[in-house]
Amino acid sequence: MRLKTAATAGTYESNDCMVTVKKMEGITIEIDSVVKEQFGEQIHKVALETLSSLNISNIYLYIKDKGALDYTIIARIKTAIKRLGV
Amino acid sequence: MRKSLLFIPANHPGMLQNVDIFEADSVIFDLEDGVALTEKDAAKDLLVSFFQHFHLKDVEKIIRIHEIHDLDIIMSHHIDTICLPKADVSSLKLLDKKLSALEKKHKLDHQINIIALIETPESILNALEIAKQPRVNGLLLGAEDLATYLGVKRTLSGIEIEFARNMVIYAAKAVGIDAIDTPFTDTTDLSGLTKDIEHAKALGMNAKACIHPNQIETVNHLFKPSKEDILYAQKILLAKQQADAQGLGAFSVDGKMVDKPIIDRAIHIINASKE
Amino acid sequence: MIPDGYKPFISDDHFKKESYKKIEKIYAKKEASLLASISAAFDEIPITDGMTLSFHHHYRNGDLLLNMVVEEIKKRNLKHMKLAPSSIFPVHKPLVELIKNKQVTSIFTNYISGDVADSISKGHLKDLLIMDTHGGRARAIETGDLSIDVAFIAASAADQKGNANGIDGPNPCGPLGYIYPDLYYAKHKIVVTDTFIDKLSSNDIDSAFVDYIIKVSQIGLSTGIESGTTQMTKDPVQLKIAKDTVKLIKALNLIKNGMSFQTGAGSTSIAVSHFLKEEMIAQKVQGSFASGGITKSLVNMFEHHLFQELHDVQSFDLDAVMSYKNNKHHHLMDASKYANPFYKNNIASQLDIVVLGATEVDLDFNVNVTTSSTHKLMGGSGGHSDTAYESKLTIITTNLVKSRIPFIKEHIETVSTPGTSVDVVVTERGIAINPLRTDILDHLKDSSLNILPIKTLYQKAVSLTSIPKQIEHKDRIVGLIRYRDGSIIDVIYEVKS
Repeated sequence: MRLKTAATAGTYESNDCMVTVKKMEGITIEIDSVVKEQFGEQIHKVALETLSSLNISNIYLYIKDKGALDYTIIARIKTAIKRLGV
Repeated sequence: MRKSLLFIPANHPGMLQNVDIFEADSVIFDLEDGVALTEKDAAKDLLVSFFQHFHLKDVEKIIRIHEIHDLDIIMSHHIDTICLPKADVSSLKLLDKKLSALEKKHKLDHQINIIALIETPESILNALEIAKQPRVNGLLLGAEDLATYLGVKRTLSGIEIEFARNMVIYAAKAVGIDAIDTPFTDTTDLSGLTKDIEHAKALGMNAKACIHPNQIETVNHLFKPSKEDILYAQKILLAKQQADAQGLGAFSVDGKMVDKPIIDRAIHIINASKE
Repeated sequence: MIPDGYKPFISDDHFKKESYKKIEKIYAKKEASLLASISAAFDEIPITDGMTLSFHHHYRNGDLLLNMVVEEIKKRNLKHMKLAPSSIFPVHKPLVELIKNKQVTSIFTNYISGDVADSISKGHLKDLLIMDTHGGRARAIETGDLSIDVAFIAASAADQKGNANGIDGPNPCGPLGYIYPDLYYAKHKIVVTDTFIDKLSSNDIDSAFVDYIIKVSQIGLSTGIESGTTQMTKDPVQLKIAKDTVKLIKALNLIKNGMSFQTGAGSTSIAVSHFLKEEMIAQKVQGSFASGGITKSLVNMFEHHLFQELHDVQSFDLDAVMSYKNNKHHHLMDASKYANPFYKNNIASQLDIVVLGATEVDLDFNVNVTTSSTHKLMGGSGGHSDTAYESKLTIITTNLVKSRIPFIKEHIETVSTPGTSVDVVVTERGIAINPLRTDILDHLKDSSLNILPIKTLYQKAVSLTSIPKQIEHKDRIVGLIRYRDGSIIDVIYEVKS
């Protein structure tokens, strides 16, 4: 079984986001969103909460967002983490 | 009785969050053909998250599963019905068992029903047996896959699926469940859709699956009882009331004898008209 | 907030209390003379620092004339020029350089998009941008509020005397509705064309007002008129909004003989026209007129005898251009007759129904069509405020939520059209009726339409998206939104980068 160092989930379509996760010390979250000014903080908050609910404390998380609602961001992060296998 | 069922690919957030806009009686969240193999996991996670955040009322929530194992991840008390692809008696028995176990595990307050998707020649021939399986409250004809098995092209006239339609209808109506017609695949052709529905309805289908929201209004409209149907049903029920009051067993309306099947149909129509 | 020298907006009907004084029309002193080039016109008039030059936008994104004049201003190193094009499009990008280097310091317009809009949002324009409505621009020119030194009139064809139109020649653009105030009241009028014809189909531009004629190799691109969306939307959400809009119109018993109607050029507007057409045909109804910017959809309805007349201020596509040329009941409508509040019985006041869009709507039904939800300049009223006030029924169609942006908000960044002019907002998740319209609320109380208070729609929106953060802007005011009566209804701020 090949060990992965990075995984992605989601799409670049409107109302979705593409989440990339990489193994890394500490938590680093980068967000690039079409609604960054209005919802950047909220997306960051949701990302942190989701990582916490999965007991992840060491990860690099990059979200390229096309206006996804919270439930989508949560789901895509969960899928990416599962795919990474941490 | 359902009229319209809208297929929504489960991995598509833009469509999921708009399902309640479209006034379909039922939504079929599709984990099977509508989702690529490599994205089945993402689709399941998205559906789980969707049900946690959205509490849809007034619409039946159906999941077309890819495999029975899918239910381990996605089961929730928001789900009303499972649509089982390539349904046959043995897969339905397995699904029934699985659902019983999950209902217990999740302490669900309602029973989850099944729509059996009939899409192989053998399941067409076994339609009655399938319809009789526990939890099955609808048969859905899958004509595209069926045509592939038969080695025929799908046509607008539908002659190649006439027998299949009849089998699904007879089986469903023998058991008293929904006979749901196969989707009309040309989403831009509303007059073709209308003709297709009228044909299916004349044979006995009472509902149709939709693959685009633009089809829903036409489906709902054509499967609703017409004004004439409603007036006639009201006439029948009124005559029944009067006959009962006079202690008469048999009675006639417009010169025709009215017996139980006609009365039952009248009740069906009045109920459907109220929805 | 509103700078000195400008009157604040009071109400959408305050103009009724005001008197109206037009300046004198300015006729040409002699027969129009032929000049060799744009450059020659600069020499002849002469065009000097600080002058106000005006243009129409009938070639839309296919316009070539404004850039030709901008090029000349640049070459001659003129300074502090004031430009008054009736709209600005992406094609006008060369203007940005002149804004940045202060050769152009002032702009008056009704609609603005593309690089010029971005540049002004970033604060590059030295003096204020003034945004008028279509009717308001006519008022401003007729009263001398907007005093024009030179009007450059792009025409697809002209004769030797200076009569001209937008329909003959290889690059037609349709009726030249917006240029009439400029034609009558500017100090100098120049017709610019690429085609001379002895006998024009019509003398839309009257040579009595024309001072100069210039021939250029190409005046504009007919193909640039169509702004991308001429097809009906396929988006099921937009289609639902369009269908519900027509259902509402039907429920109000407004689909009847003699009805009049106007809508815009966007894909939702085209869908509304489509469903309205189906209803009118089904009910065998013939309307009196459709008006506004005319599209293929409206021409199609007209050709199906669903309207007796078309009143056209501009063509949004080539079908409309051809129809104007060929149909005698397809009339030119000049900007003042269309929408000037001080023009008695203007065409907009005869409208039964207008269907308009919005970038944002607030809980008082105020509408923003000038800036995006991040304060960026990206549109403008055009005929929005005019028709919203004048029409008997004003319907705004908008998504409730799109790509996480809620379109109904507690407070909107900029008010273009006041809520008192807006009757109904149709979204994919429900329809809100302005509480001022108790008659509509009463009429629809037993209807099966999904009618909800606007606050409920707002709450639905934010329950999906969460509440958006207020976006900060800089303190500097870069533009004023001038309501149709000349008062200032709101301001445009410089954006933070």
